[in-house]
Amino acid sequence: MSELHAYALLLLVGFLPNEIWRMLGLLVVRGIDEESEFFMWARSVAVAVLAGVIAKIVAFPPGALASLPPGLRLGAIACGFLAFLVLRRSVLAGVAAGEAVLMLGALAYGI
Amino acid sequence: MGQGFGKPMLSAPADPPQPSATAAFLAGFQAAWQSVLAYVLIGTYVGIAALAHDFGFSLWWVAASTALVWAGPAQVILISALGAGATALETALAVGLSSARLLPMVISLLPLLKGPRSSGRALVLPAHLTAVSMWIEALRHLPTWPRATRIPFANGLGLGFMVAAQIGGALGYYLAGSLPPVLTAGLLFLTPMSFLISTTRNCRLLSDWLALALGLLLGPLFAAWHLELDLLWTGLAGGSLAYAVGRLRARRA
Repeated sequence: MSELHAYALLLLVGFLPNEIWRMLGLLVVRGIDEESEFFMWARSVAVAVLAGVIAKIVAFPPGALASLPPGLRLGAIACGFLAFLVLRRSVLAGVAAGEAVLMLGALAYGI
Repeated sequence: MGQGFGKPMLSAPADPPQPSATAAFLAGFQAAWQSVLAYVLIGTYVGIAALAHDFGFSLWWVAASTALVWAGPAQVILISALGAGATALETALAVGLSSARLLPMVISLLPLLKGPRSSGRALVLPAHLTAVSMWIEALRHLPTWPRATRIPFANGLGLGFMVAAQIGGALGYYLAGSLPPVLTAGLLFLTPMSFLISTTRNCRLLSDWLALALGLLLGPLFAAWHLELDLLWTGLAGGSLAYAVGRLRARRA
C-alpha cells in the first residue's frame, strides 16, 4: 500500500463513515434544547450503548485480554468497581485496583 | 431556565463577571489532564499505535487517524481491517457500524453547549471532538459553567484529551513489539474499567442507573445471540426502557 493510497483510504473508509454520525447529530440537535424529552431519551440511549460497549469488551475481549479466563476479567472489573464505591468514589483508586487484580491474576495464570 | 447565562453580558449587568473564552478553553484543557481518562487514553493509544506499527502504517498516518477519526474502537477496526486486506467497502461498513454510538452522544451533548446566539458552525468542532472520554467529562463539568463559555470549555477538554491520545500514540509506535503480554492485557482493560467507573459517577437520574444496568446486561446478551447491530439494539432497547421507567416514576412522584 503506497503512502498516498493509505491516506486516501483513511479519509474515505475511516474518517467519512465515522464522522457522518457526528454531523448527523449536529443536524438533529437544531431546535432541541436540554429541557426536551428527546434530549433525555438520547441521553439514556447513549448511556445504554456505552454500558453495552463496556460489558462486551469484558465478555468478548480483544487481543491479549482474550487469553485470560473469563472469571479473572469479571473478578477484576468487579474489584475495581467495589474499590471505587468503597474508597470515597475515587476513579483513580477504582481503576488502579481493577488493573492490579487483572495483571497480578494474569501473572499468576501465566500468560 | 438559567437566566442570564445565555445572554450577552451587556444586557445582564447584575451577573457576576464571566470567564473569557480563552480562560474557559484553558480550564477545559486543564480539566482533561486532571481526569483519569487522559491517562487511560495514553494507555489505550499505546495499544492502538503498536497495532498500527505491526500492520506497517507510518507514525504520521496513525497521528492523522487519531485527529480525523478520534474514536478508539473505529481506529482499531480501520487498522486491523486495512492491515488484513479487507476491501474498502467492508472496512467502511465496519467502521460506520462501530461508530453509531457517537450519534446519541452528540445529541445528548450539544444542547448543553449551544446558547440562543451560538451558530451552527461553532458546534462543528465540539461535535468532532465528541468521543466517550470527552462526553463523560463534559456532562460532569458543563453544568457548572456559564452557557456562553461552554463551547470553548468543551473544545479545550476535547483537545486536551486528543493531545493525550497523540502522546500515547507516539509512545506506542516506538514501544511496539517490546511490550510484555501482561502489560498489553492491562492496557486493553483500561477502557472497560475506567468507562464503567466514570459512567457510574455521572449517574444522577433513575433513568441513568437503569440505562447503565440494562446496557451491561443486554450488550453481551445480544452479542452472544449474534444479533446484527447488537450495540445499536442495546442502546435503543435499554435506553428507551430506562427512559420510559424514569419518566413514569417522575410523573407519579
